[in-house]
Amino acid sequence: MMSHTAYVVASYGIAALTVVALILWVWTDGRARRRELQALDAAGIRRRSAQAGETQ
Amino acid sequence: MSENSLAIRKFSDLANPTRFLGLAALVLPWLAGLTAVLFAIGLYLCFTTEGDYQQGETVRIMYVHVPSAWLSMMCYTVMALSALGTLVWRHPLADVAARAAAPIGAGFTFLALVTGSLWGKPMWGTWWVWDARLTSVFVLFLMYLGLIALNRAMDEPGKAAKVSAVLILVGFVNIPIIKFSVEWWNTLHQPASVLRLGGSAIDPEFLRPLLVMAVAFTLLFFTLHIAAMRNEIWRRRVTSMRRQAARSAGREV
Repeated sequence: MMSHTAYVVASYGIAALTVVALILWVWTDGRARRRELQALDAAGIRRRSAQAGETQ
Repeated sequence: MSENSLAIRKFSDLANPTRFLGLAALVLPWLAGLTAVLFAIGLYLCFTTEGDYQQGETVRIMYVHVPSAWLSMMCYTVMALSALGTLVWRHPLADVAARAAAPIGAGFTFLALVTGSLWGKPMWGTWWVWDARLTSVFVLFLMYLGLIALNRAMDEPGKAAKVSAVLILVGFVNIPIIKFSVEWWNTLHQPASVLRLGGSAIDPEFLRPLLVMAVAFTLLFFTLHIAAMRNEIWRRRVTSMRRQAARSAGREV
């Protein structure tokens, strides 16, 4: 039989892990997408709306 | 200009993804900071307030369990509203919002189930019972997983958007079932005690940390959701720019 404190610690531990996992997922996903956009920009590939803005 | 048409214009201004990205960049640091401050206050209150005379220390599990359970339902409601936005108004950001919310909702539902189980063992004497509340929340968790799988299985976002919007709206029937399950059926899970007719049945000693944590969790949800929506917009831009580059490369050859 676990003590009550152990259940509380386990709950907060799992809560912290889940929240950190969600934050990390959003963070790393954002960084990867930003890098892809930068790579495309460096290769001279821009959105049509941005290209139109340049030629005008 | 009437007030109504002004509100509609503001709403359709938001439909422009570029404008949304600008707004997200402006809002995100503040939202993230506010969330962190509220979590600091909330967690301090969680561990400095007294234990319950019956539940003892385990009452502290409630400060995590109740907010995540509340968010599991709110997130699905946000997705259902987005699904309406996709089907009725064809709002360009609606599908982005629904798609970005699903993994976050799954995370909070998982948390509600696990912390509930960890409270149930010492208080009820069992990790799990198939009563109406627990089962309907478990179904909600499965629905989140199904929607994530569906979104990943379909390459074309436009097609996936309609199918998942219909599925989200059909699944919304589960939300009132979850909410009222504790009143309609005889469940081991207790009925509502914070939001109910006749006022809250909780002592202020427990209500204070609970409310602060609920607000902190809600702000965390919106921070994550806005950031995930921004990521989804970027992902779609990368895909369309790559396609466009491939097309123009094909023309040059």
